Amino acid sequence: MSPYAARRRRNAIATGLCWVATAFGLGWLVLILAVLVWEGVRGLSFDVFTQMTPPPGSNGGLLNAIAGSLAMTILGVAIGAPLGMLAGTYMAEYGRYSKLTLIVRFINDILLSAPSIVVGLFIYTVFVARMGHFSGISGAVALAVLVVPVVVRTTEDMLLLVPGPLREAAAALGLPRSHMILRVGYRAAKAGIITGVLLAVARVLGETAPLLFTALNNQFWSANLDAPMASLPVVIFQFALSPYKDWRQLAWTGALLITFTVLALSITARALSRLRTSK
Amino acid sequence: MTAMSVVGAGAPVKVCVRGLDFFYGDSQALKAISLPLHTNKATAIIGPSGCGKSTLLRVLNRMYDLYPKQRAAGEVMLDGENILSPDVDVNLLRSRVGMVFQKPTPFPMSVYDNIAFGIKLYEKVSKSELDGRVEQALRGAALWDEVRDKLHASGLSLSGGQQQRLCIARTVAIHPEVILFDEPCSSLDPISTSKIEELIDELCERYTIAIVTHNMQQAARVSDFTAFMYLGELVEFGGTDHVFTSPTQKKTQDYITGRFG
Repeated sequence: MSPYAARRRRNAIATGLCWVATAFGLGWLVLILAVLVWEGVRGLSFDVFTQMTPPPGSNGGLLNAIAGSLAMTILGVAIGAPLGMLAGTYMAEYGRYSKLTLIVRFINDILLSAPSIVVGLFIYTVFVARMGHFSGISGAVALAVLVVPVVVRTTEDMLLLVPGPLREAAAALGLPRSHMILRVGYRAAKAGIITGVLLAVARVLGETAPLLFTALNNQFWSANLDAPMASLPVVIFQFALSPYKDWRQLAWTGALLITFTVLALSITARALSRLRTSK
Repeated sequence: MTAMSVVGAGAPVKVCVRGLDFFYGDSQALKAISLPLHTNKATAIIGPSGCGKSTLLRVLNRMYDLYPKQRAAGEVMLDGENILSPDVDVNLLRSRVGMVFQKPTPFPMSVYDNIAFGIKLYEKVSKSELDGRVEQALRGAALWDEVRDKLHASGLSLSGGQQQRLCIARTVAIHPEVILFDEPCSSLDPISTSKIEELIDELCERYTIAIVTHNMQQAARVSDFTAFMYLGELVEFGGTDHVFTSPTQKKTQDYITGRFG
C-alpha cells in the first residue's frame, strides 16, 4: 500500500472513531431528555403551577417549590453577581498587574470546582447552626457562594478581551479610570458578562446539596425567608426517592421544568455570546 | 551628539522636551531626548522600528502611566509646566493632549455618542449645543457629509478610514491643544490616507501636532519639522525641508535615502 493510501485509511479510521464517540456521548444526552419528556409531560397540568406539594395520595402541584426556587435563585444571584462582577473588575482593571490578582484568581478557580455540598456544609456551620434553624435566606447565601466564582471568572475574562487600544483610547480622551471601565469596558464586554450571570443562574438553579443543609424544605406555601423554604431540586430529591407513585410523578415533572429552564438559559447565553463575536 | 539645525528657532514652542530618559523595566528606550514642538506646527517623528518614536509620543500624554514598570525621567514642559511631575492631573493633561492611534478605536456606541461622550465629561452643555459641537467636530474631521444620516448607527459600522476620522473628530471635539498621531494611516488604504493627511494639514491651523510615521513621503508631506530617531536617541531635528534635502548627519541621510531601516 502506498504511503498516501495508508494515510487516507488512518484518516478514515480516526474520523470514524470521532463519530462513534460523538454519537455515544450525544446518545445518552438525547436519551435522558427523551425519558424526561416522556415521564414528565404526563404529569404536566395546570395544578402543577397552582397547587402546593401534596401529602402522599392526594392531589397537588409544585407551586411552593417553584416559588422557593425562584426566590432563592434570584436572591442568591442578586447577592453573588454584584460581588463577582466587582471582584472580576478589580482583577481585570485596577489590579491587573498585582500579586493579589494572581492569588485571588487561583483561589477562585478552586472555588469554581468546589463540590457544592461543601458549600452547603459551610453555610450550615456559619449560618444555620448559629441561627438555630433552617431558612430560605441561608439557602440563598449558599447559592450566592456558588454564583460568585462563576461571575468573577467570566467578568474578568470578558474585560480582559476588551482590546488594550480601546482602553488607551478612552484614557487618551482624559477619561478617569472609573469612566473608562463603566462606559467603555463594560459596554464592550456587556454580552459576555450577562452570559456569565446567566450561566451562574443555570448552575445554581439545579443545585440540591447546598439547599439540603440550609433551606431544607417546606411542605406548605411560605414567603418567609427566615423559615425553611421549599425548592424544586430538594422536592425532586425527596419525591423521587419516595415509594408513592404520585410523588414520583411530580418529581419527574419538576425535573422536566428545571431541565428546560436551564436549557433555555443556556441557549440564551449562547445566543448572546454569538451576538458579541459577530459584532 | 544631537544636531539641532537653526531652522524654526524663532517660532513659539508649545511643548519642550529636555533630557528625557525612558525605561521599560530595566531597559532604556529613550536616551536624553531634547526637542521642541512648535505651536500650530506639525512635527514628524521618523526612524526605524524600535527606535523609540512611539515611546516618545506616549510620554507626551503620559499614556505609559497605565502600565507598571514604565517610567520617564527628565522634563517635558507643556506651556512651561513639567507634565512628568507627579502632581499633574493626568486626566486633565490628556484632555489637553489628545491622541489618535494606529488602529481606529471607535467606542462600542453610536457615532454621535462617540463624540458627545468626551464633551459631556468635561462640560455641561445643552442638548442643542451638544448637537452643534458633534456636527462641528465631524465637519472638522471631514466626516460630516458621510455620516450625517447615520449618526445613531454604531461607530463600528463605519469603514476603517471613516472610523479613523471618527477618532480624530472625537479627539478634536474636546478642544485639545496638542494632538499626537501614532502612525494614524498604517492600517488604511491610500484614499483614506490622503484624506487623513489633508486633515492633519488643516488641523495645524488650530493645534500643535506630533505625528509618528513609518512613511517618509508622509512625513515630508504633512510636517513642518522632522525629528529623526535611532536606537532611542534623537539623531537630528530640524525643518522638514532641511532634514529631507540636506541632513547634517550621515545616519539621517542613510535612512531617508533608504539605505537602512
